[in-house]
Parts: sequence; structure tokens; C-alpha cells
Amino acid sequence: MIELDKVAYSYDGAELFSHVSLNLAPGSFHFLTGPSGAGKTTLLKLCYGELQATAGEVRLFDAPARDLERDQVAMVRRRVGVVHQDCQFLDHLPLAENVALPLTVAGREGESGNLDELLSWVGLRSQANQLPPQLSGGERQRAALARAVIMSPDVIIADEPTGNVDWEMSQRLLTLLVELNRMGKAVLIATHDLNLIRAAKSQVSTRVLRLKDRRLQLAGAEL
Amino acid sequence: MKFSMRQISEVITGDPQANKIVPPTGYTARLTVFTAAAMAFLAVFAMALSLATGRLADRWSAELARTSTLRISAPVDQADAQLRAAINVLETTPGVAAARALTLDEQRDLLEPWFGPDLPLEALAIPQLVEIIEEGDGYDSTGLRARLQAEVPGAVLDDHTRWREPLVEAAGRLRSLGWISILLIASSTAAMITLAAQAALAANAQVIRVMRLVGAQDSYIASAFVRRFTVRALIGALAGTVFGLLAVMILPSADVAGGFLTGLGFQGWHWFWPLIIPPLAAIVAFIATRAAALRTLKEQS
Repeated sequence: MIELDKVAYSYDGAELFSHVSLNLAPGSFHFLTGPSGAGKTTLLKLCYGELQATAGEVRLFDAPARDLERDQVAMVRRRVGVVHQDCQFLDHLPLAENVALPLTVAGREGESGNLDELLSWVGLRSQANQLPPQLSGGERQRAALARAVIMSPDVIIADEPTGNVDWEMSQRLLTLLVELNRMGKAVLIATHDLNLIRAAKSQVSTRVLRLKDRRLQLAGAEL
Repeated sequence: MKFSMRQISEVITGDPQANKIVPPTGYTARLTVFTAAAMAFLAVFAMALSLATGRLADRWSAELARTSTLRISAPVDQADAQLRAAINVLETTPGVAAARALTLDEQRDLLEPWFGPDLPLEALAIPQLVEIIEEGDGYDSTGLRARLQAEVPGAVLDDHTRWREPLVEAAGRLRSLGWISILLIASSTAAMITLAAQAALAANAQVIRVMRLVGAQDSYIASAFVRRFTVRALIGALAGTVFGLLAVMILPSADVAGGFLTGLGFQGWHWFWPLIIPPLAAIVAFIATRAAALRTLKEQS
């Protein structure tokens, strides 16, 4: 579904990484690790068309990302659920409407029947009418995950999705991602949380990748 | 720029969800409503000016083109004879439908604006005026002048051409200026609404980022802004048009005071013309905001 072939990305003339190849196939589960500043977030952005590779080819659902018009990128994003590190929301809309936003913009408001269930799953049902600024960091992260999966996307990409939640909640979020993965969704998570990776490996077959020294490698056996 | 009837219909009927996506803004809303109201108010006056000068040009053109005047300056003892001779010449001239000497009262009315009422016309040696009504293609003014010179030496023929044409031309230009003013008003409205829309788009950069993240297409994002500005422009222009019409209504009537300036206003079905201003303002706002939104979204991508 999402393929990166010998991809490089440079910023202001400095190469962040190069020769990166990755295939997010249906049902695959990848973790992306690496030191801060290695380019994990940039690599994720290449996977949903937010950035363009400076070399190599990115294919999003069989179409070269470079050739996609803005509206086509928008259609790609309806098939990719993204959890951002900084959890961007519309601060003037209640949490429930923020979570249902992907359905709204796709003209599928009628399919928000399982919104309550989803909010319950991430432990936010009682906060449904609160505005995003009234939520804690952890609550925002859970809400971002709920928004990312509400369209039942083909691919879920998450950037540090458990960075602000406690262990119990991170396990619940992981369980949700694992369940979606078992339904055939591809999952790519960038994280520093080794415990999360270990917990996931005990439930599902995962590949752990490390972005280091400008290259993407398979992580070692310590994980 | 491409937009379909469906998009225009969506702007009118609206998408309640898309409307909520852009947070309510204070000053751009007030600025747009005020601008549209002020411009509509001015547009009503420009339209009134244009229509009034149009009427004036048509009237001068039609009335004066069909009449001319013969002025007879003769000694008192020859005045009647010269008048009879002139009438005789005129009645036998092809193209002249009628020739009639103005009465003392009519001549007094003509002079009243300059000399005031109760002018003792009998005591003044003023020329006798003869009104000539033309028919068909009119008369041969060169031939008529030659005949008059021979038979009525004190007669001067004024076919109004000398002063009619510049007046009609001036009125015509004034009418054009009125329509140009309306075009300028529409352009200024578009420019101000574009600025307000750009300010709103810049202030909502975070909203646009989030919308894009969840898969919103440019047209969807733009529609939320476009509808808001279109409705504001429509409301502002409605208010401005109503106030403009009220202001035109209270202008002094041309029938009462006479003259040119007091004739500014609408007559008959022309009162319906200003009703096109609010929808026109809405269309201008729709086009301006949509262009600004799509351009900004392209720049931000």
C-alpha cells in the first residue's frame, strides 16, 4: 500500500537520510525507532504525502507520490489514519466532533454511529463535549488515536502515540492497534518506548526498524 | 477559476458541518459586513446618478432634436409684419409640422428663472420667439436660413444643435461615469473582501492544517470560508441598499423644485434596479473569497 524505494530526504542541503526502502503491506506491523533528530517524523510524513522525497520514489496506494495532485493527496489521507506527536485539533469544536472530523470532511457523518463506542475504548466518553484545550496531554493523544482510526483506514501511522499516557492506557491503545492490524490494517509506529515494542511483539508479528546514521536498518535482537 | 452551479447552490444552502469548522471571527466579519454595506450604499447613488443622467440625455436628445426656435428682433412697428412673414415662410417649408409664436406668458415663464416673477415684459424690447416643430426628417436648415434672411431680415434660426450636442454628450458621459463608478465599487468590494478573506485564512492556518491532515480537499476547506464571506457580503449589501434607497427617497422631488440636480433618483420600474446590488455583492464576494482561498491553500501546500 505504501512503498518507499531508495528514498532520500534533504533539508536545506543537508541529507537527513538516504537509501531508505520500506513496504507497508496489508496486515504488516512496523515499529520505527532511532535517536531524536534522526528523521523519524520526516519519514512518517513521507508515508502520507505531507512531504516529498528529494530522491528515490514513494508510492502511495500504487501511485507515485510525486505525481499526486493536492486533492489526490487528500484522498490518500482518508485511507491513512495519522496520530501526530503534537495532536492537532480544532480547539473550538468539542472532542466528539474533532474525533468525527474525518467522517465529516468525507461526507460520511452518517457513519459516526460507533463514535461513543470508540470514545469509550480510549476512555474519553465522559469528555465527549469538552474542548481540546480542556484535555490533558494523555487525553489528547488518545483522542488523536480515536480520530485516526474512526474511518477504519488501510494504514495507521502514529508518531509517539503513547508518549503522554500511563502504562495501563498505553496497553489499551496498543491492544486497539493490534486488533486493527489483525483486521488487515498496516500499522507503523514511531516510538522510543521499548516496553511498548516488547508488549506488541508478544501479541503480533512485528518488524522493528531503526533510523540511525542516515540509514534505515532492522533493529537488533535486544528488542 | 472553475465553479459549478452545484457549488453555488452549496454556498446558498450551506453545509452546517463545514460552517462549524471555521471558528467564528470578530473583526473580519464586521469588516466584511461594513464594507459591503458602505459599498452598496454608494452603488445605489451611482446607479441613481447613472439612470437620472440617462433619462436626462434621452429627454434632451428626443425633445430638442424635434424642435427649434426662431428669434425675431425687429423694431416695434415692424414686429407684427415680420412675425407674419416668418410664420408664412415656416408653414411653407417642407419638414416643418407647425410654427407657433410664443405668448407673452410663455416668454415670461422662460425669463422668470433669471429675472424673477412679475417681469413687465411689455416694457422691454425683447425679441419674439417662434417655436418650430419638425416632422419627418426635419427641414433643410441652410435653405430655411437663406429664405428667412431674404424675407425676414431680423430673424435668427436656432436649431439647438450648437448647445444640444454638448449637453447630450455631457449627460451621456455622466451616465458612463455612473456605471464606471459601480464597476469601481464592485472592484473595491472584491479587493477588500479578498484582504479580509486572506486575513481569515492566515488566522486559521491551524484549522487548515488539521483539515488537511484528516483528508479535506481544498474545495471543502475553501467552501467553509467562501460561504461565510458570501453571506456576510449579502447581509451587508442588503442593509446598505435599504439605507441607500431611503436616502434617495428623501431627496427633493424634481417635480417640485425643478432643475437638474434635484432630479437624481429613480423613476417607475427603475426603483427595482438597486435590488440587483445585494446578489451582485454576494457574487463578487463568492468569486473573490474562492479565488483567495484556493490561492492561499495552494501556497500553504
